[in-house]
Order: sequence, then structure tokens, then C-alpha cells
Amino acid sequence: MVFKQKHLLGIQPLSTSEIITILDTAESLIEISSREVKKVPILRGKTIINLFYEPSTRTRSSFELAAKRLSADISNFSNQSSSVVKGETLKDTILNLEAMNTDAIIIRHAFAGSPYFISTFCSSHIINAGDGAHEHPTQALLDAFTIKQRKKKFSGLKIVIAGDILHSRVARSNILLFKKLGAEVVLVGPPPLLPPYFSKLGAKIDYNLDRAIKGADVIIMLRIQLERQDKSFFPSLREYRKLYSLTRKRFQKAKKDAIIMHPGPINRDVEISTDLADSTESVILQQVENGVAVRMAVLYLLLGGKEHEIAD
Amino acid sequence: MEEKIKAKIMDSGKIKRAFNRITNEITERNRDLNNLVIIGIRTRGVFIAKRISQLIEKFEGIEVPIGILDITLYRDDFSERKEKHIVKQTKIDFSITDKDVLLVDDVLFTGRTIRAAMDSIIDLGRPKTIQLLVFIDRGHRELPIKPDYIGKSLPTSRREKVRVKLKDIDKKDEVIIIEPAGMK
Repeated sequence: MVFKQKHLLGIQPLSTSEIITILDTAESLIEISSREVKKVPILRGKTIINLFYEPSTRTRSSFELAAKRLSADISNFSNQSSSVVKGETLKDTILNLEAMNTDAIIIRHAFAGSPYFISTFCSSHIINAGDGAHEHPTQALLDAFTIKQRKKKFSGLKIVIAGDILHSRVARSNILLFKKLGAEVVLVGPPPLLPPYFSKLGAKIDYNLDRAIKGADVIIMLRIQLERQDKSFFPSLREYRKLYSLTRKRFQKAKKDAIIMHPGPINRDVEISTDLADSTESVILQQVENGVAVRMAVLYLLLGGKEHEIAD
Repeated sequence: MEEKIKAKIMDSGKIKRAFNRITNEITERNRDLNNLVIIGIRTRGVFIAKRISQLIEKFEGIEVPIGILDITLYRDDFSERKEKHIVKQTKIDFSITDKDVLLVDDVLFTGRTIRAAMDSIIDLGRPKTIQLLVFIDRGHRELPIKPDYIGKSLPTSRREKVRVKLKDIDKKDEVIIIEPAGMK
């Protein structure tokens, strides 16, 4: 069994076999969530902190349920309700939390690299739940898990990621992960939201969704981050919709058995039409369901056993 | 660590006779075979469970459902071990509530695996009874656990290992005792 990480800071530090170990473990754990008693005792007595400096419903509750289904104790902190508003630094917050003998800290923060920064002085396991526009590893892992469920393998797959690539930590983690697993990744979006340097990650770049979608096996639509549009990355929402919204007509150019994914929350009829979001080709809710299993796998692999001590 | 085979305890003939005898004991004790379900503990327990189920069908014409149990998430030596265990799937596609559950494992040693398996089963429902079948009982119990059906009782020393090999997975049927090299 291959898994030697102490933290989950991103997809980048993971080896392909470690990724496969996470996906296989999630496969074994998914059944627990459909039991009548949705709980196993393996992480009994472990204390986990959910520290969210940015708003989140899906990811935070997904981690919370994952921890609870493995019998860990989990405590939620968000910036609105903590001493962050009183001016405490990130480092002080972490040191104070750790003084309460935590075993793992799950952190979402607006600054890229903050999970890494914490890992340099903190002895708990650190899990990145999204850091700025850098990485969101568990989202990428649950996307990969969902694709694997439907497509069985990654080699030969054409995966299109469309939308606001520039601001998307999900896109970065997804590109890294899908390349490690051997799929072809094509990025699509308006040029201001898709800088050419993304090709360095191994993805192809296209500015035309109609062209890029041809022969696609998987289409991942990203949310247009309306809260960031004050800088006007595109002329108007109406134009964006016309060129980059996934509609039934566009989707028909993909492979017959193509699936549609979205990390959520979706802007209906902006990046994806409502009928497609609710269609049988859409696996958006399966992604959410699989998210719990994948996060259980990550928590189990990091907190269960002591293998990382050998690696240290 | 290098290992050497100390003794071959059972060959395929003995194993076959043991299976037949155990199956008869099970059918004798469980009047209502329709209420019986078999749960094999990964890995060898599953293959033993399959063999038992086939024999019950052969002798009595009743098909007994089989479930697969992975006890990794219920282990009590979890945080003491250096090596992480691979979690494999638990696959029990039927309700166990009010059923007579026949729990199957290859070798009974300290009893801790069976404790974990029983905890796991009880989280899945409330069986009417749990019965325990082990192919080899090698002694050295650390918990008050006693099997209902035994293929063979085999006194061993603690450092020895017992391997039950089954043709469905190991190409042949045999039971051997292994001793770590360099020990007497």
C-alpha cells in the first residue's frame, strides 16, 4: 500500500500510486454512507478542526460528515465567529487550536500557500480545503473518483474544463490530477480568464467551446465567480453566456456517453443551462455524494496508522 | 523475514473431509437453513464461506447467501501498528436483522479479529444469532471467544504462523505451519 504523506496540501506532491490508493480507499468506504448506522469506529478519539476563512457549505459539511462517519470529533471554526475578527494572526490561531491537542486541521483560506505555511510549524496533519487560486485537492480527487465510476479508466479520455480558469483552484488541482492519471485535458474560456501559461501544466488551451467540446468524454463547467467580476474579465454576462455557456446544442458535439460535471455552486443559465444541470448526463450530485467518501479516504489515510513516521 | 515450512498439517483429502463434516454440523444445528446467512472475513474466510455454501446447496438444495466483511475499520491494534492496512470493501447485500449469521474465518488465534467482526456485524443490524466457524483453531486466545464449528484444533507456539491455503485462491488445498527463519 502506497501512501506516505503527512499532509494533503495539494495534488502536486502526490504520486500517481498515492492518488490511486486514495481512490481505491474511497471505493471501499463509500458503502458506509448507505448503511443504516453510517459510522465506523476507526478514528475514534481523533480531534479534527474545520477552519474555514472563506464561505463554504459543501466542502465544510462534506469534511464534517466524513470525519463523523469515521467516529472522529470535529469542531467548526469560521472567520466570522472566531477571534480572527479581533485581529489574531493565522499562526496564532493555529498555535492556539493546536494547544487543544488537535490531530488534524482542515483549512480553507484566501491566501495561496497558507496550508503549506501552517504545515511548517504545526504538528497536526494539515488538509487543504482550498487555498486562494492555488489548489483544492479533495475536489479534484472526488472529480477523479466520479469519472472513474463512469469511465473506468483515464488513459484516452478527453476532459474539457471550461469557464473561469484563472481564478479556479479546482481547475489547477484537476489539471495536475488528470495529467498524472494519463488523461488529455483541454481548457476553454475567454482569453482574460485563461492565460497561456496554463499550458505549462500540460493542458491544451482553446478559446472556442464549440470546437473544444468535440469528442469530449467529460465536461467540467466552472462557476463564473460573479463576486470577482468587478475587474471586468469579459464584456458582459450576456456575451459570456453566448460563447461559453454549456447548452444542449453544444453538448451534442461531445461523445454520446459524455458526462457533465460542476464543482458547485452552479449559476443556472450562466455557465450551464438548467435542463443540462438536471439531466441524466449530469453527475453533479454524484460528485457531492462521492465527496464524502473521498474525504473519508483522505482522513483515514492521514490519521489512521502511523505510516508517515516511517517516511519522516 | 524468511520463513520455512515446519509441517504440513492437512492435505486436500483431509481438508475435504473437514469441510463435509462442518457442513453437516451446520445443517444439523440450523433447522431453518432459509434463515442462515454466511459472512466471510476477508480474505480466506470468504473462500471458506463459498465452499460451505456450495456444500450446503449440494447436500440440502438450499442456496445460502454470502457476504464479505472487511474488518480493517474495526481493528483495535490500529494505532499501534506501523503499517497502514488497506481498507477493502465490505459487501453484504442482504439484511442481517433476525438472521442466523454464520461468521467464517480461516484461523482463530487471539480472537481480536472476531471481536472486530462481531462489532462490525452488529453495526449493520441485529442478527438473531451469530455462530462462528474457523478452519483452524490454533489457541492463544486473548478474548472470551469460542468457535461453534472447527475444521481442526491445532496447538501451536505463538511465534509460528498457520497458513490455510485454498485452491480457489492459492491453487491447492493445504494447511501448513510456518516458522520464521533463525528461530528454534
